[in-house]
Amino acid sequence: MTRRTLFTLIALASGLALVSYWIGQQSYSWMPVQASAEAILVDNLFSFMVAIASFIVLGVTGTLLYSVLFQRASRYDISDGPALEGNLKLEIVWTAIPLVLVVWIGTYSYQTYNRMSILGSGGSLHVGMPTAMANEIGASPEASAPIEVRSRQWAWEFYYPDRDVTSTELHLPVNQRAQLQLTSEDVLHGFYVPAFRVKQDIIPGRAIAFEFTPIREGRYRLRDSEYSGTYFATNQTHVVVESLKSYQQWLAAAAAQPLTPAENVAYQEFKAAIEKPMSLGWSRIVPAAAPLANYSSSESDSHE
Amino acid sequence: MSDATLTALPKTEQPHPGAPDNWKRFFTFSTDHKVIGIQYIVTAFFFFLIGGLLAMVMRGELITPAADLVDRTVYNGLFTMHGTIMLFMWTFPFLNGLANYLVPLMIGARDMAFPKLNAVAFWMVPVFGVILMASFLVPGGPSQSGWWAYPPVSLQNPTGNLINGQLLWLVAVALSGISSILGAVNIVTTIVRMRALGLGWFRMPVFVWAVMSAQIIQLFGLPALTAGAVMLLFDLAVGTSFFNPAGGGDPVLYQHFFWFYSHPAVYVIILPIFGVFSEVFPVHARKPLFGYPFVAVSSLVITGLSGVVWVHHMFASGTPDWMRMLFMFSTMLISVPTGVKVFAWVATVWGGKIQLTTPMLFALGGLVMFLFAGVTGIMLASAPFDIHVNNTYFVVGHFHYVIYGAAVMGAYAAIYHWFPKMTGHMYYEGLGKLHFALTFIGANLNFFPMHPLGLQGMPRRVASYDPEFAFWNVIASIGGFILGLSTLPFILNILSSWVQGKKAPNNPWRAIGLEWLVSSPPPHENFAEIPVVVSGPYGYGSNEPLVELAESKAAE
Repeated sequence: MTRRTLFTLIALASGLALVSYWIGQQSYSWMPVQASAEAILVDNLFSFMVAIASFIVLGVTGTLLYSVLFQRASRYDISDGPALEGNLKLEIVWTAIPLVLVVWIGTYSYQTYNRMSILGSGGSLHVGMPTAMANEIGASPEASAPIEVRSRQWAWEFYYPDRDVTSTELHLPVNQRAQLQLTSEDVLHGFYVPAFRVKQDIIPGRAIAFEFTPIREGRYRLRDSEYSGTYFATNQTHVVVESLKSYQQWLAAAAAQPLTPAENVAYQEFKAAIEKPMSLGWSRIVPAAAPLANYSSSESDSHE
Repeated sequence: MSDATLTALPKTEQPHPGAPDNWKRFFTFSTDHKVIGIQYIVTAFFFFLIGGLLAMVMRGELITPAADLVDRTVYNGLFTMHGTIMLFMWTFPFLNGLANYLVPLMIGARDMAFPKLNAVAFWMVPVFGVILMASFLVPGGPSQSGWWAYPPVSLQNPTGNLINGQLLWLVAVALSGISSILGAVNIVTTIVRMRALGLGWFRMPVFVWAVMSAQIIQLFGLPALTAGAVMLLFDLAVGTSFFNPAGGGDPVLYQHFFWFYSHPAVYVIILPIFGVFSEVFPVHARKPLFGYPFVAVSSLVITGLSGVVWVHHMFASGTPDWMRMLFMFSTMLISVPTGVKVFAWVATVWGGKIQLTTPMLFALGGLVMFLFAGVTGIMLASAPFDIHVNNTYFVVGHFHYVIYGAAVMGAYAAIYHWFPKMTGHMYYEGLGKLHFALTFIGANLNFFPMHPLGLQGMPRRVASYDPEFAFWNVIASIGGFILGLSTLPFILNILSSWVQGKKAPNNPWRAIGLEWLVSSPPPHENFAEIPVVVSGPYGYGSNEPLVELAESKAAE
């Protein structure tokens, strides 16, 4: 390799690295708002992976494109290219590079995962246990019973055991470690709030402990992430993150309300479908009746 | 290379000895691996079109946020059948067909090791195809539980009938597993036992290496899937509780059975396509495959690693932390042998005398899309990020970049590359290029938007969605319709050139490889005399002879 080629290569790689870093920085804007402490960690990891990915994709695609544009055989040229069968040094280098990258990405992911400590793996609950994450953001974990998240075909129901309140909208105080206990009455569901970057499958017959820390006030979408049958797409609701004061006010107001049937899209659609004389659909699973709640969310509410 | 080899013709009585001279032959229980190969390929393509039509109805539904084009139950049936058909009726049968056609020719064998078993394995395909399609007609319609049929949803049977869509689905998938196991036994045996004299492991084309590696996965993985399907069938039909939580079963156990096979299954699909890339690039860039032994062995490394990746589909499924971390690293490791291949292909193309024929365009396009799929694959292996995007459109986008971007584009590259050999006719280059342009544009428009949708949190398998997802969905749907349209020039090209295309020479690409030494289409039993291989498969530019005739060997 001449000095000139080496210089060109280094210049190209540096330029590419700068562009890749810039794309990595853009990646933050491809995500929903960062409404939890976990979101910050995940987005940093994602930005890092996007930068590396951009370097690889642009580098390889650029090389291929250069070949295709400038190394074409002319029309009547039927000769062969140089009979290069390999280069051991080069092959060792390009086996080592992905290996190093994998270890790097894997280690970073491992650290991120540890810092998130979202639980979710088993049935055991660590109620009120202070976690590294909560300490980092200065949140004060409260020793209260976890909010019970009950999922079914197709409604979300949140039960606050301390106040005996049932709601179809999840309310959480900001900057406090949220502690949930996830259960399902029928099939697999998935607890997923994109703005929090957290997700957990809910498995019937298990109570799954789940934790995260909301850090931004607002109203966010909660979606079912595990396919759950006929009205799966309608199984959505809202999470409201608010100050501790308004959270307590909301909880007190809800406790004063009687239980009433909540709005439920799946149930409404099902009733409309069976009232129609001719249905073109295939067999449908009968949804559970609209849940009874002290406080219900409305589908028409906006979200971020 | 001796002229006698090029003109070697078999001594048989048939007018066009063994070559598929009559369309009726394709409807017989033929034991000729070439007939079976084309039977597989054409059957698979027929189902590809059906699966594609289902996808276009889905993209029609998703062009607006509301569930307004089809009923939700119909949408659920559509995505279930789309996935099932595309995997079990299109990619696996197509790749089996390609391997069937090419492997004996490439290793200098007269047929597969077990020709009758081969025919039985093929004829199971239309049988379970009909069973699967019949589920559209039973009361209640086809399965609506998604292609992975997770219980308990797959055990919910609102019709109450014993014969329902889910039952037919399970029978078809179990039969498909059995057929593929038969095929795998046959292909692996053929490669291990029936190579021509002199064709040592490191003189074997990479396609053969890749097919062998893929079929080994079938041998250890498919029994798990088939067992899982049979157990689910018992749960559904006779009320056992292997997976039913209502009776004390564990639905997560099914996920282990399912993914133990179904993630490696992606390598069953992509490895032969890597083989296709490795055959197409050297020929159309006129250079030897760079780092051939590394590329060959990396296929087996992928096979080995593929056994320890399945849990990454279950990062959000109540999986213990240690398992999440272990499978995160093992999944990421797959990118090392894969990276070796990608770099080798780039080095093969680099500095070559590139001819942008249709197969070369499809291989290049497939490589670029695979590269994109590869980097999003590493992201998905990273457990903390995967927790955010799994079960969203990010995964759907990644998966379709692998399966459409790389595998289907690679399949088209293979069809165009070996079409002259299979049919004895040349395809029309202009139509081929039009096909490529529409496919490449359509695929990227269709599948790229799925990534931002997933990052924003749009779940997969939804018939309706929040209005903020509308923009990218419209783009994706337009891409989907272009993709549907792209098959028309292909069908036109294949049909018309098969019937009246220019006669193909034996070796239109001046390629090196045993399959190019026989006539186009190859005669019955391929080789009048089994050639003796004297050098490696990619000697472009070095002008080494590939074979010696047995006769000249004896005369020495």
